[in-house]
Amino acid sequence: MNPGTPTIPSASIPILWRETVLAFLEPGEEIVAWLETDLDQQMRYGRGLVLLTDRRLAASPSAPAAEGNSADPDWQTWPVADVADLTIREDGAVGTLELFGIASRLAFWRFTAAKATHAHRLAVRFNDLRRASQIEPDEDLQATGETVCPSCGAVLPADDPTCVACTPTVESHSTLSLLRLWRFARPLKGIVTLGFLLMVLSTATGLIAPYFSAPLIDEQLMPRQQVGRPIDWQVVNFYLAMMAGAAIVACLLGWAKTYILAWVSERIAADMRNETYAHLQTLSLEFFGGKRTGDLMSRIGNDTDRICIFLSVNLLEFGTDVLMLLFTAAILFWMNPWLALVTLLPLPLIAWLISAVRGRLLRGFQQGGRAMARVTSVLADTIPGVRVVKAFAQENREIERFRRANDHVLAANDRVNRIWSFFGPVVELLTALGLLVIWAGGAYLVGLDPEQLSVGTLVLFTGYIGRFYTRLESMSRMLAATQRAAASSQRVFEILDRVPSVPEPVMPIHPKHVRGEIELRHVGFQYGTRKIVDGVNLKIRPGEMIGLVGPSGAGKSTLVNLVCRFYDVTEGSIRVDGIDIRSYPVGEFREHIGLVLQEPFLFYGTIAENIAYGKPDATRQEIIAAARAARAHDFILRLPDGYDSLVGERGQSLSGGERQRISIARALLIDPRILILDEATSAVDTETELEIQEALDNLIQGRTTIAIAHRLSTLRKADRLVVMERGRIVEVGPHRELLQRPAGAYSRLHQAQLELAQA
Amino acid sequence: MSNGLTNSAMRAFGLQHDAWGRLVLIDAEGERHVGVEPVRAFPISDPQHWISIVDSDGRELVSIETLDQLPTATRKVLEEDLVRREFVPVIVRIERVSSGSDPSEWHVTTDRGATRFLVKSEEDIRRLGPSRVLIIDDHGVRYSIPDVGRLDAASRRLLERYL
Repeated sequence: MNPGTPTIPSASIPILWRETVLAFLEPGEEIVAWLETDLDQQMRYGRGLVLLTDRRLAASPSAPAAEGNSADPDWQTWPVADVADLTIREDGAVGTLELFGIASRLAFWRFTAAKATHAHRLAVRFNDLRRASQIEPDEDLQATGETVCPSCGAVLPADDPTCVACTPTVESHSTLSLLRLWRFARPLKGIVTLGFLLMVLSTATGLIAPYFSAPLIDEQLMPRQQVGRPIDWQVVNFYLAMMAGAAIVACLLGWAKTYILAWVSERIAADMRNETYAHLQTLSLEFFGGKRTGDLMSRIGNDTDRICIFLSVNLLEFGTDVLMLLFTAAILFWMNPWLALVTLLPLPLIAWLISAVRGRLLRGFQQGGRAMARVTSVLADTIPGVRVVKAFAQENREIERFRRANDHVLAANDRVNRIWSFFGPVVELLTALGLLVIWAGGAYLVGLDPEQLSVGTLVLFTGYIGRFYTRLESMSRMLAATQRAAASSQRVFEILDRVPSVPEPVMPIHPKHVRGEIELRHVGFQYGTRKIVDGVNLKIRPGEMIGLVGPSGAGKSTLVNLVCRFYDVTEGSIRVDGIDIRSYPVGEFREHIGLVLQEPFLFYGTIAENIAYGKPDATRQEIIAAARAARAHDFILRLPDGYDSLVGERGQSLSGGERQRISIARALLIDPRILILDEATSAVDTETELEIQEALDNLIQGRTTIAIAHRLSTLRKADRLVVMERGRIVEVGPHRELLQRPAGAYSRLHQAQLELAQA
Repeated sequence: MSNGLTNSAMRAFGLQHDAWGRLVLIDAEGERHVGVEPVRAFPISDPQHWISIVDSDGRELVSIETLDQLPTATRKVLEEDLVRREFVPVIVRIERVSSGSDPSEWHVTTDRGATRFLVKSEEDIRRLGPSRVLIIDDHGVRYSIPDVGRLDAASRRLLERYL
């Protein structure tokens, strides 16, 4: 076999196919790639396998029988040499893998978007294989010691053996995710134990006070009333003192337990917030691309808070309630097992009733919450867009839209209130019924045999059981709180479980003096099923300025994001000074990159802090020098607080050009070897653009620069222009040279802009 | 600085007030710039350093890293002018703050006498370092509290609601 072709173990084939495939392979034949198709040619669901070995391409149109190999599928095979091309066509959710011979289409297979990654891999491997058989093997593919994803055969970076395409999304049971909170509680083990101990003690002492009521009645009060025996005040005072003492001790213990457990849960929540935020910062842009800012914010803010409240309030209450029920039940059975049995029998039924009513209530509350969310979204929609609303005179329509959303809130809340107003009285009724059961049972038992049940015990029972019912109610509330907290912790762990897709190298090479030579080799990047960058080869000399042009969606921004390592390439490699950028530690590598974006982002803080963002220890002299070079110094001096003026979302409002110059100063200050300008001037007017252009000219001197621009005029200083279309480079060369190709892509772009400028 | 952005060392210049009280800068070439203005680059974090002299269009003519570099006469003119331009009353006591919603109305005693002003929102009360506070009123006037710890207890309580 060809040494340049990586092969994958047969164990990577899905189990369903493994035996058939092994039977099919000739001795010494190695698997290079495979694709399990999930549609047949009429686009009905059905499984098939396309197999690429180092010798041939083979396909089995039907899945083997689940057991035994009585009906072996028929394999169709094509030697690699007979194939002219293997391509993928994608139409929405369905892809087609087409195999072309010299004169005709030999075969085709269909698959859904879920299989697209595998299909692309197969096609790429196939073309590699063909190339390898014709020319020298590509050194990139010769890398030894590659790790291969066991399920799809993708080559994985050696340091991160999980395959992004194949890692199943973890779907843990929601309530179980609460148990994972233990990870944050573990460091506080001692205090948690102390807290629970206090809980047991305080609950127990809370039950002492009513306990003394039975002997008080039976031994002192009843005899006094019925047989006129004088009251022994000493004994009575003892009982009263015990009751008071128990109440005071219970209060102190309760205070201690509540404080300690609240202290613990506050720390758990704080640790969670820190860890989640720290983890969030390690995730690549890919993650942030798929999430709304508000959603992430609420996960770190509200969800951790909700967990904290759950731990400190609900869980505490629940623990106390359970203990209380157990202790009470024990005392009751000890006092009088028969009456206890009668008392406790209806409890399960009552608990069920309460939780059923609560369930309806909860659904009502959720409905209300959703309706309120609709109101909020109307607000979020129209307040930032108020200029458009006013410009089109649509105020009344927006008022109407708001009113309708608000009506939903009203209706939902009305429904909730109907159940809610019913709920309290129901609990009261149930409590009364429970008491009725005790009185009935008690009366019956006393009637049956006065010796068996004293009046004091009966009073004691009624005292305890009252607490019982209120507890039941709060326990059912606990159910809902648990579900909410579980959902919250699941959302938090979803972030924590996320593996960064821009991994740190295991054996990092530390960049010392970067010269700024960039080389892109067969760079490809795929997002979902879409290939955004494909087969890009480009070598940039140190200090050279490259202008990247092309229609929007051509992959220009993606390409610079790859150079910055905001994403990792899915194919090929990017080398800086001859070393794959994946070998550099991410942070150290980015220190050498200056980035100026179309929308300059200023953090809330002073201008000086914003300029020094990449180098917090910069001196005032350096900050001023950078601002001067960025043509920002003069306008900064005109602000009332100079460099101490607050900017950012809540600060001083600056124009687009001013913000841009601050962001240029920020890039200048870190003195990067590599500079990326992503549409740095497109958001400002022509006059400001001239000033910014001056600032940029200062910036690019002596640095390797990649500049993306729509206005070709901003790229007049570029040494070479690179024209991209649909993810590929179509033209490379200096401005003049490219203009000399009348039918070239650059000439067309240039012509179009000239016409626009003249119009 | 490594990227070659340093302005050439400060060149000799003269400063004087003319008959109309305007500040005049005579630069190294002997050219007179009338109506120039001294501006502090870091008025809050480092008011004693980095003072720029800008012309009437706001273009910087001279940048002075530290006043010690200047000849005494020039320095005196400059300091006088800076003092004349700067109006940052120091709050010595807070009498009363209308609580509730924004804007809040503040009644204070400053080193320049008693006054009242409106503060648009909490954002306009800036904490600078551990004990320094700067309050900006609705007209952009700045009031300074150099050390919160030195205020009397009642003033401190009023202020603490906003910090």
